[in-house]
Amino acid sequence: MSKHDSELAHQFEDMAQQKEAATLGMWAFLITEVLFFGGLFTAYIVFRTEFPAAFASASHHLDVVMGGINTGVLLGSSLTMALAVHAAQEGNRKSTLAFMTFTLVLGLTFLIIKGFEYQHKFADNLFPGANFVSHGAEPGHEQLFFVLYFMMTGVHAAHMIVGILLLLIIMGMTAKGKFTATYHSPVENFGLYWHFVDIVWIFLYPLLYLIDVTGRAQ
Amino acid sequence: MTTLNEPLYRDDYLNAGYGVKSWFLTLDHKRIAILYLISITFFFFIGGFFAVMLRLELMTPQGDIVTAETYNKLFTMHGIAMIFFFLIPSIPAVLGNFFVPMMIGARDLAFPRLNLFSWYLYNVGGLFTLYTMVTGGIDTGWTFYAPYSSSYTLSDPVPVVVGVFILGFSSILTGINFLVTIHKMRAPGLTWFRLPLFIWASYATSVIQVLGTPVVAIALVLLGFERLTGVGIFDPKLDGDPILFQHLFWFYSHPAVYIMILPSMGVVSEVVTCFARKRIFGYKFMAFAIMGIAVLGFLVWGHHMFISGQSIYAGLVFSALSFLVAIPSAIKVFNWTATLYKGQIEFRTPILYAFGFIGLFTIGGLTGLFLASLATDVHLTDTYFVVAHFHYIMVGGAVMGYLAGIHYWWPKMTGRMYHEGWAKFSALILFVGFNLTFFPQFILGFMGMPRRYYVYPPEYQVLNVMSTAGASILGLGYLIPMIYLLWSLRKPKTAGANPWNSTGLEWTTPSPPLPHNFDEVPEVTHEPYIYEGGSHPHAVPVSDHEAAHE
Repeated sequence: MSKHDSELAHQFEDMAQQKEAATLGMWAFLITEVLFFGGLFTAYIVFRTEFPAAFASASHHLDVVMGGINTGVLLGSSLTMALAVHAAQEGNRKSTLAFMTFTLVLGLTFLIIKGFEYQHKFADNLFPGANFVSHGAEPGHEQLFFVLYFMMTGVHAAHMIVGILLLLIIMGMTAKGKFTATYHSPVENFGLYWHFVDIVWIFLYPLLYLIDVTGRAQ
Repeated sequence: MTTLNEPLYRDDYLNAGYGVKSWFLTLDHKRIAILYLISITFFFFIGGFFAVMLRLELMTPQGDIVTAETYNKLFTMHGIAMIFFFLIPSIPAVLGNFFVPMMIGARDLAFPRLNLFSWYLYNVGGLFTLYTMVTGGIDTGWTFYAPYSSSYTLSDPVPVVVGVFILGFSSILTGINFLVTIHKMRAPGLTWFRLPLFIWASYATSVIQVLGTPVVAIALVLLGFERLTGVGIFDPKLDGDPILFQHLFWFYSHPAVYIMILPSMGVVSEVVTCFARKRIFGYKFMAFAIMGIAVLGFLVWGHHMFISGQSIYAGLVFSALSFLVAIPSAIKVFNWTATLYKGQIEFRTPILYAFGFIGLFTIGGLTGLFLASLATDVHLTDTYFVVAHFHYIMVGGAVMGYLAGIHYWWPKMTGRMYHEGWAKFSALILFVGFNLTFFPQFILGFMGMPRRYYVYPPEYQVLNVMSTAGASILGLGYLIPMIYLLWSLRKPKTAGANPWNSTGLEWTTPSPPLPHNFDEVPEVTHEPYIYEGGSHPHAVPVSDHEAAHE
């Protein structure tokens, strides 16, 4: 038996079928993710339409620079992930691992920057709840903005953490030589997940940080 | 390629391994189906116990057995157990798990480990819910409406919300598994329009599970956040929007009704054509009607909110769209009837349940139109008319279909036949008991009796006593199958590969099936229901398997 036949699960006829099934499964999963985030985006649309002024002034508390850097970091990680998938397709284990390491570092960088941002928000009493303090005109509605901010970026960060754990597993499998030019669908499917998490951020950044850039006090 | 070194007699999936580990770590979709069968039966009887308590309390106009608070908890826990932990997983996770791969000629679902994982998720969600039940329960209603659930209730909804959230992922993963399996693992020649209608129904159900469940999941996360931090998302006193919760909740929970009813429609299609010995009438219409219901089902959630403060124009649109669902539903009822017309009907237990389904679903569906009409809904909202309507769909429809399927496939799942006389008797009892329980509730609701109260004016008592009497018959009707089905397991496995002379691929395997279902991937050259004209093309492989057994 050739190497990749040992990767064929008993319920499949051949490697092609197994690969198609795995890919379709990942896409179906990502659709559920779209709807999961979709509920939050719906809530965002409803409340922003209801309280546009409060959302604009609350948004001024967010750090556009840190968020902007993080956007760049995530886009870079998507690039390195795409390159890792490409290397895996060519069966080049060494560069697959190298690009995955870049992805890992960039993913961790994102989380560290995000952590500093959260820390500043806690320090400024902007986390919703009993300690929330806002000096805007509509504190209740500004608090709603921060509910959505923490919920949306929090759920996104949770996906980043899961992604990093999965990436470590995939890197371990790559290092062990599990993947070949013919069998590497876990790498590809993980790539899909990673890009999805990236795309969510591409929506979150303008919706949360860039509501009213020109109206900022500075 | 593997037949050379295998012995002539081979173990079926039940004998393929013994011991706790061989069940709790199994990757065989058939064993996972049995695990689900045990879990959901457990929750069915828990939910049933709460129903008995409710009906006992409602025997008299005043409160006698329980307090108002306990009554609120009883109907809440009844709804949560029955909807989330029985009806939604019932046919997909048990019969679907067992028969989707077998009906399309596959050895297993696409992702067996995910399948086992979803059973564990179901049970973890179940444990959270049981924890709440034994530590005092919750009283919010199964709908968890905010702000009551987030700001006012004295009970603690958080563990149940966590449980339902976890359960949701079990449902999503099952849906993904079925979608991929049906797309990618059909036997050669099994084109989409050669698929049995049960597969179409499972497919449509999976689409709803995949698209709807995540939305209620995030709604529950937001609800939990509001409850724990005291920050307004849904509570209007805290600048939140209660209608938003209802939108997010019903965006899933209305389609969830179709998660419950579509699989039953699939079962009934299999049973009607098999026992009428006729092709299904209008196969393509049936398939498109299933998909039509699934798609339209996503566009009608607002009909739960006609009196909630939703815009009247939104109400108009939701009302019109709700009426549209009646069209594919009616197509299905007409086509089953047309299939039965001039059929040589064998009155065996599965088709008795299917008859029950068709009649009761029709009543449930038509009374749904009363509720989809804006004007009548204002009068009927939150009355027993609504309770009767959805019990006709969920119990008269979904549960009857589930029992039809259990009786139809029991010989395949276990290798044994149940006692036909008792089975017919209990099907009859269930039908009588069901109607006696729920038909009076239509009248009660029309007369204005509101739901969810433990006391009522004395003029409603006669109908309530009828309903309670019916419920006791209904309860008996559920206990009898438990007994004779379990009893049948003591008998030898003599059901034979194909006791009903069905044409489905699942019947070409021995009963109970082998662990990997098929020795050779079957090739399909024909439509699914060739019942006219005596023998069918699968006759040959069946006798082969029988020979291998001897």
